[in-house]
Amino acid sequence: MEGLELWGMAFVFMLATFIGFDVIRNVSRLLHTPLMSLTNAISAIAVVGSIIIAGEQKDTFSTVLGTIAVAASMTNIVSGFLITDRMLRMFKRREPGS
Amino acid sequence: MSHEVSEHLTQALYLAAAALFIFSLRWLSRPDTARRGVLAGVLGMAAAIFGTLLHPEITHFEWIAIGVVVGSIAGVPLSRVALTAVPQRTALSHAFGGLAAGLVGTAKYSLWLDSGELTMFRTSAIAIEVILGFLTFTGSLMAAGKLQEVIPTRPITYRNQNFINLSLLALAVAAGVWLVVDPTQWWLFPVLIGFSLLFGVLLIIPIGGADMPTVISLLNSYAGLAAVAMGFVLENKVLIIAGALDGSSGFILSVIMCNAMNRSFTNVLFGAFGQVQAVAAAGEQKPVKSATAQDAADLLETASRVVVVPGYGMAVAQAQHRVREMRDQLTKRGISVKFAIHPVAGRMPGHMNVLLAEAEIPYDELVEMDDINPDFAQTDVVLVVGANDVVNPAARHDKTSPIYGMPILDVDKAKSVIAIKRSMNPGFAGIDNELYTADNTIMVFGDAKGVIGDVVKALSGGSGTH
Repeated sequence: MEGLELWGMAFVFMLATFIGFDVIRNVSRLLHTPLMSLTNAISAIAVVGSIIIAGEQKDTFSTVLGTIAVAASMTNIVSGFLITDRMLRMFKRREPGS
Repeated sequence: MSHEVSEHLTQALYLAAAALFIFSLRWLSRPDTARRGVLAGVLGMAAAIFGTLLHPEITHFEWIAIGVVVGSIAGVPLSRVALTAVPQRTALSHAFGGLAAGLVGTAKYSLWLDSGELTMFRTSAIAIEVILGFLTFTGSLMAAGKLQEVIPTRPITYRNQNFINLSLLALAVAAGVWLVVDPTQWWLFPVLIGFSLLFGVLLIIPIGGADMPTVISLLNSYAGLAAVAMGFVLENKVLIIAGALDGSSGFILSVIMCNAMNRSFTNVLFGAFGQVQAVAAAGEQKPVKSATAQDAADLLETASRVVVVPGYGMAVAQAQHRVREMRDQLTKRGISVKFAIHPVAGRMPGHMNVLLAEAEIPYDELVEMDDINPDFAQTDVVLVVGANDVVNPAARHDKTSPIYGMPILDVDKAKSVIAIKRSMNPGFAGIDNELYTADNTIMVFGDAKGVIGDVVKALSGGSGTH
C-alpha cells in the first residue's frame, strides 16, 4: 500500500505548490526581504521531523543528529519570526500632514 | 489518552498549521496586514510542534528540550543583526534548514537500515532529501561567507569548472540510485553526503557578489524542497505543504531576479559573470564633471521633483539615515522626493526597501522600476547613491555590452543627474558607465555617507536664505 500513500503526498505537494505560487505572486515587492525571512521560519517546520528523531531515542547516533536538527530548526524559527516582525514594524506610511 | 485519539488530534493540529501558514503568506502581501501574517505563522508553528509532541513514539523529551533551548538562544541574536547584514543572516538560515533536512534524512536511513524497513520509495526520498539538504547547507554557508566578505566576493573560477561541478552532482545522484537499488550498501551513504557537500561549495564559489539576490532565492527554494522531501520520507503532509510554500516562494523570487537582470538560471549558476567582461573597458574616456557636495545641494534646492536611486553602495556606507535627513530637508522645501528601487539593487530581494524603511522613509515613497521609469523625463534631479549597473544606459542600446537587455532605471532621461561614487572604478561587471560622462551628469566623489552628510549640512545651513 506504500505506493498509494506516495500518490496522496504527491497530490498534496502539487496543490500546495500552486497555492504557493498564487499567494507569493501577490506579495508586494516592497516586502520581499520579510517574505524570505518568513518563509524561512515556516520551512523550519523541519523541526517536526527533528523532534520525532530526537524524542524516539532509538540509538545514540540518531538522537545526536536529531538534537542538532532540532537546534538548527529552532534557530530558524526564533530568528525568522523575530526578524520578520522587526522589519515589518519599520514599514510605515507617510503620516498625514508631513 | 489512547493512541488513536492522540493521532487524530495530531492530524487536526497539522491541518490547522497548514491553513495558518497559507494565511500567514496571504497576509504578508500588504504592509498593513503583514504583521498579522507573522502572528499566523507563529501560531501555525506552535500548533505543528504541539501536535508533534503528542506523537506516541516520542518517549523522551530531554534532548528535544536541549535542542529547543540551544536553538532559541542562537536565534535571538541572529534576529537582531544590522539590516545591512540581513542577506548573510538569510543565507545562514538556509544553511540551517538544509542541515536539519540532511541530518534527519541520515538518521532515518540509519534507523531503517537497522530495522530492515528501507523500501525503494523510502530510500529514494531520503536520497533526494539528503542531497538537497547538504548541498543547500554548504552552498548557503559559502553564500553567507561571500556576503560577509569572509570569502572573496569575486567569482572564483578554474578550468573545466562546470564539467567538474556537474560530475560531482552526477556522482551524488549515482550513489543515490545505487542505494535505492541496494539499500544495504551503506558505505554509499557517506559518499553521497560527501559529494553533496562538495557540490554545494563548488556551485557557489564561481558566483559573484552582484548575483547574490538570485543565488539566495534559489537556495531558499532548495531549502524548501529539502523540507518537502523530508515530508515524503516521514509521510508528513504539513512538512510537504510548508516546504512547498517555501520552495515556490524561492522559485518565484529567483525568476523575478533573473528577469531583472535579463539572464537565465543557467547563466547565473554556470556563467561566472564578471569574469569575462573585464575587457569591455577600453576606448577613449570622456571626461567626467566632478563637483562638490555644495554643488549637489545647490542643484537639489532648485529642483521641484527629485528621485533618489539607492544601490548596494548606500548599504555598504550605511548612508540610509543621512539619505533620510536629506529627504526631510528637501521635503520641507516642498520638493517632491521619491525613491526608485531596482529589483536587484542590494544583495537580496527587497533589500533596499528594508534599509530605507529602517531609516523611517515612508514606504509610499519607494517606487518600483516599472512604475517610476515613465516619470524620469519629468524629473529635475536624480541622485544616484551607490548604484551602478542598474542605471547604465548601455543596457538599452549597446549590443556589445554584457548587460545589454537588462531592464534599467532610465535616469539618463532626467534633466540632471548627480552620481555619488567612491571612485571611477567600474562597477561589479567591469563595464564603463556612460551615464557618468553624460552632459547632464555631475559626479561627487567620496563615501556616500560623508557626501550626503555634507549635502544635508549645506541644505540646512542654506535654508531660509533661498
